[in-house]
Amino acid sequence: MNIVVAMKQIPDLQQIRIRNRRPVMEDVPLTLGKIDRNALEEGLRIRESMGDDSRVIVVSAGTPDVEDTVKEALAAGADEAFIVVDDGAGVRESSVSAALLAEAVRRIGAVDMLLFGEGSGDNYSGQVGPRVAEILDLPQVGYAGRVEMDGRTARITRVLEECEETVEVELPVVVGILADINEPRIPSVTQILKAGKKRREIMDAADLAVETGKQRIETVSNLAPETSRRREPVKTCEALRTALEKEGFLGR
Amino acid sequence: MAGILIYSDQDRFGFELLTAARSIAEKTGAAVKAVSINNPGQAEALAGRGADTCRVEGGDIRLEDTAAVARVLKKTVEALDVDVVLLSSNRRGKELAGRLAQMLDAGCLTDVSALEVRSGRIECTRNALGGATVAVQAVTTPRKVIALAAKAFAAAPEGAGRISDLALDVKGSGIRLLESRTRAGDAVQIEVAPVLVVVGCGLENREDLAIVNRIAAALKGEVACSKPVATDRKWLSEDRVVGLSGKICKPELALLLGVSGQVQFMVGIRDAGTIVAVNRDENANVMQCADYVMTVDLNDILQELDDMLGGAAH
Repeated sequence: MNIVVAMKQIPDLQQIRIRNRRPVMEDVPLTLGKIDRNALEEGLRIRESMGDDSRVIVVSAGTPDVEDTVKEALAAGADEAFIVVDDGAGVRESSVSAALLAEAVRRIGAVDMLLFGEGSGDNYSGQVGPRVAEILDLPQVGYAGRVEMDGRTARITRVLEECEETVEVELPVVVGILADINEPRIPSVTQILKAGKKRREIMDAADLAVETGKQRIETVSNLAPETSRRREPVKTCEALRTALEKEGFLGR
Repeated sequence: MAGILIYSDQDRFGFELLTAARSIAEKTGAAVKAVSINNPGQAEALAGRGADTCRVEGGDIRLEDTAAVARVLKKTVEALDVDVVLLSSNRRGKELAGRLAQMLDAGCLTDVSALEVRSGRIECTRNALGGATVAVQAVTTPRKVIALAAKAFAAAPEGAGRISDLALDVKGSGIRLLESRTRAGDAVQIEVAPVLVVVGCGLENREDLAIVNRIAAALKGEVACSKPVATDRKWLSEDRVVGLSGKICKPELALLLGVSGQVQFMVGIRDAGTIVAVNRDENANVMQCADYVMTVDLNDILQELDDMLGGAAH
C-alpha cells in the first residue's frame, strides 16, 4: 500500500532571535517539523509491519530549498518524495498549504493512508490534516497514539484529554499522529548518501490547479511577549523562604 | 454579522464559548446560538446558561467521526444563518476546526487565548513561531471558524434559554468505535492549580521526586514537569507536562526546579503571577524570565529547600 506522510519545512525554532520584540528570521535554517518526524517514523513502522511492497512517500510544499529538507526524510527511510515548490512561499496559510498538498496527493494516485503530525512545530494550528481530508473526501482520525493494520482495516487509538478511544476504519484514511507515539530513527551515513538517489518528483505550485494567492487570515501583529520580571537574586534557601513569606505564599 | 454558533463536545467548554460569543455579540449585534449533537443533556445544560440551543439528533452521527460531526455543523451553520463558529480548542475541537473551515471555505484560527472586536473585526490572540511570539490575527473570509483555548473566557452564568430541534440528514464516514476508556493517569489538573512546583531535567535522581512532592504539598500546590521528564524519563505522567505541547498554566506561584526554560516550555508558564527559578546555569533562559533567581545546583539544596519550605508549613 501507499503510505503518504505530509511534512512541513519550518524555521529552526531554536535559532530564532528576538530583536525589539520582533522575530529575526534572516539566516534561520529551515528544517523538518519535529512532530512530522514522528509521522514519518510511524509510516515506516507501518510499512515494515505490512511485510509487503508497501511504500512510504513524503509530500511537502515549500521554498526551493525544500528539496534539501526532504532529503532528511528520504535518508530516514522514505521511498520517494513529491515536492511542491513555490518561490513566493514564505509564511503560507493553512488553507493554501492544504490545497497544495491535496493536489500533490491526487497526483500520486492511489493513496491508502495519509499521515500528518498533530500540529506543525511553528504554527501548531492542526488544521492542514483535517482540511486535506475534507478536500479528498476521506475519513480522518486525529491525535493517534497507536496505529495497527489488519489488511485494509486500520485500528487507531485516539488519545483525548479525558479518554482514549479505539476506532476501526477502512482505508483510505487520514491520520493525525501524536508527538509521543514513537522515537524517530536516526539515519546512518550510508542512508544519508543513498538518499540523494531516491526518486523525487518536483512540481511547481504555479502548475497546480490551486489558488495560492487567496489568504484567509490577516496578521495584525506578531511580537514577542513583554516580560517584566524582576530577576531578583536569591542566595540561600532561607532567603527564598523569606521572599515567599513576604509574597504571602507560605503558611496559607 | 448574522449569527454566532458555539459547539463543544464538553459542557464546561460550551459555557466558556457562550461567554466569548456574547462578548462578540455585544459589539456586533449578532445572535448567539448553541448546538448539541446527540447529547440532550448538553442541550439542557446550555439552555440552563441562557443559550438559544439547537438540538440535533441523528442516529448515524457519532462523536468519534469528526467528518460527520463537521457535516452536521456545516448544515447547522446554513440552517441558522451563522457566519462565526466558535469551537473549543481541546483535541476534538481542534480536529473538527480544520475540517469544518474547509467545508465552509473559511479561514480558521485555533488555540486562541483571547479575542476582541475592533472596528467590527474579531481580533484573535494566539502563540506563533513555537511560542516565541504572540500573534494577533483576524479571519478575513465571510465565514469564520475560531477554536478557543480552555479558560480564555469565564463560564457563562445561569440563565433561562430555549431549546429547539433541528432535523438533519447526515451520513457517517465509516468510522466504528470499538472501545472508549477513561485515560489511565492521575487526572491531575495542573492548569487550574494556584501553585505549581515544576521539575526539569536538572533533577538528577528519581527518588528526589518524593521531596518535590513534599515541597508542593507544603505550598498547597501540584507537581508539574517539563516535557522530557514525562516523555523521555517517564518519571511523571504526561498530564503534568507544562508547555506548548502540554498544558498552558497560569498559577499564582511557579517554582521552577532545574528547568532550563526553552521557549516551548515558557509558553506554558509565562503568565504565572510569580516565577521562582532554581538552576545551576545563570545564563539559562529561565533566569531571564523569573522574579526570583537562585543560581545553584538543585540537587545540592533540595533537602534544605524541603526543610525550609516544608518545615515552614508543617
